[in-house]
Amino acid sequence: MAEILSTLRPPLVLGNKSYADITDDVCSALERKSSTGWWTSFIIAVGVLILGAISVGYQLVTGVGVWGLNNTVGWAFDITNFVFWIGIGHAGTLISAILFLFRQRWRTSINRSAEAMTLFAVICAGIFPIIHTGRPWFAYWFIPYPNFRGPLWVNFRSPLVWDMFAIGCYLTISALFWYVGLLPDLATIRDRAKTMWRKKIFGFFSFGWDGSNRTWQRYEKLYLLLAGLATPLVVSVHTIVSWDFATSIIPGWHTTIFPPYFVAGAVFSGFAMVLMLMLIVRKVMNLEDYITLHHIENMTKVIIATSGMVGLAYITELFVAYYSGNPYERFAFINRALGPYGWAYWLMVTCNVVVPQFFWWKKIRRHVGMVFILSIFINVGMWFERFVIIMTSLTRDFLPGSWSGFTPTILDITTLLGSFGLFFTLFLLFARFLPMIAIGEVKGVAGVKRATPPGAVEKRKEVAHEPAPVG
Amino acid sequence: MSRRLLVSTFAHEQDLLDATNTAREKGYTILDSFTPFAVHGLDKAMGMRPTRLAWVTFFLGISGAIAKLWFQIWTSATSWPVNVGGKPLKSVPAFVPVTFEVMVLFAGVGSVLFFLFRRKLWPGKKPRFVYERTTNDRFVLVLVEDRADFDVSEVRQLFAPFHLVNLEERMEQES
Repeated sequence: MAEILSTLRPPLVLGNKSYADITDDVCSALERKSSTGWWTSFIIAVGVLILGAISVGYQLVTGVGVWGLNNTVGWAFDITNFVFWIGIGHAGTLISAILFLFRQRWRTSINRSAEAMTLFAVICAGIFPIIHTGRPWFAYWFIPYPNFRGPLWVNFRSPLVWDMFAIGCYLTISALFWYVGLLPDLATIRDRAKTMWRKKIFGFFSFGWDGSNRTWQRYEKLYLLLAGLATPLVVSVHTIVSWDFATSIIPGWHTTIFPPYFVAGAVFSGFAMVLMLMLIVRKVMNLEDYITLHHIENMTKVIIATSGMVGLAYITELFVAYYSGNPYERFAFINRALGPYGWAYWLMVTCNVVVPQFFWWKKIRRHVGMVFILSIFINVGMWFERFVIIMTSLTRDFLPGSWSGFTPTILDITTLLGSFGLFFTLFLLFARFLPMIAIGEVKGVAGVKRATPPGAVEKRKEVAHEPAPVG
Repeated sequence: MSRRLLVSTFAHEQDLLDATNTAREKGYTILDSFTPFAVHGLDKAMGMRPTRLAWVTFFLGISGAIAKLWFQIWTSATSWPVNVGGKPLKSVPAFVPVTFEVMVLFAGVGSVLFFLFRRKLWPGKKPRFVYERTTNDRFVLVLVEDRADFDVSEVRQLFAPFHLVNLEERMEQES
């Protein structure tokens, strides 16, 4: 048997796993009874989700006025949360598609859960524009369909319509990408299922996958194509989200730097969220051999890079505001840093530019607790980034007479909390019922350029002479 | 017509690759191989032609983009023209984002559907080849016994250097 041994690179999967070990490690978590820890987290998540559902329900019955919005500040928490969640989603696609195209094979251990995170984050994001319409039962009016009002079409020149298409397309493609990746693993679970119901359910959803190489060949191609499509898509989505702001004429928003700035910020915050989730998952599900310190270190390096981009964008914005000579633009930025929301601006700068610098130290990059805490800071910082952009420009607009402030009501806050409840509820359900690790893909990298782990190859069995029953 | 098939099982991807290469060199008809993950190089070993799925994606994407661009121009300039701030009705640059999204949507959804259609996979389908360990840790090569002088013991000898785990004959079932 040809064996190529590499001593240069550390293995992507630790613990000398055989293929069967990998299947067991990932699937046994799904076949056990739920742990107390899972139930506790699930009950808390559902509780918060219910709180959010009640807030949204009250808002729908009463009207958008229950939020802290006023004439000057027409959107606040809703759009902040929307951009925040979309940004979280982007890291998942980056890991699953862009790192795939770059042949970063370490992604295999984390891509499944990162994609799931994308899906759930986009669902959370999608809720906010819909409830902000005030009459979400008419949300389907966004869709251009032949109607009896003319037919009256949507305005395709409006960034809000672009946004609807971008998010809809992103959700669809992310879901497809995720499900296509899941197919072989669903078949693995089906084949080791003991109970009738598991056999039936996973048999239904695994589409009759049998591991045929003729299928695998096209599957690999399909995966590559989807990755190639998702890569420009993910960039386009946050670009279009940034156009919601950039195509308006509000000082502080009307800048061409917004698309790259938003995309970098999205990846930045998304990776922090992936790190948070992965650190919990590897601990709770005993997946330390798969999601290794090496993975965590790699992700923190992406955070350093994107933090640099975000920091550069902050400085560029300030410089361009000064250099433009436009008094409104200058005012917007002086107000941003020194105005009534200055505290939020400096919180944002600290969390997004200063805090990630700790990751330059290898000790901190490989310290699970520190990485977790710093990731929380980054997530807070990135939420405040969107808040700062939206608040500072809206509260101080062209006419000082119409200047105003914004104080979130309790419903603003409970709705935001509720979206976290929804996110964690979905993620916990996913962790409970579906494989967190892409079993097939991990098997593909487990043996790469490595000797077969001892014990993986069985001794030759007696050859069966009789034809086996027809299968 | 039901054919006799020879199912040989291996425990390692490299063994399957070597066995497949050998079988093809010796002129055996390879029906298919079944693996727990995509084994690179197996396509070549089995003598498969490259897939043309990328062309499907390409044409779906192009048709999605053209259709959406036309639709936007038609709705904005022909069906119900609305003057928005005196801007031109056929403002193509403003139509680019949605055109792009729909292109990706058509290409992505279409490719997945085409893949499922081409490989005859659908929800609730029963797997064609039943051996529960192919989705776990076994690599299976299926040869067709299509020659009168097909000798199972010859194949067994041929595959012996590749750590053959199991060898069995099956009848193909008509479906």
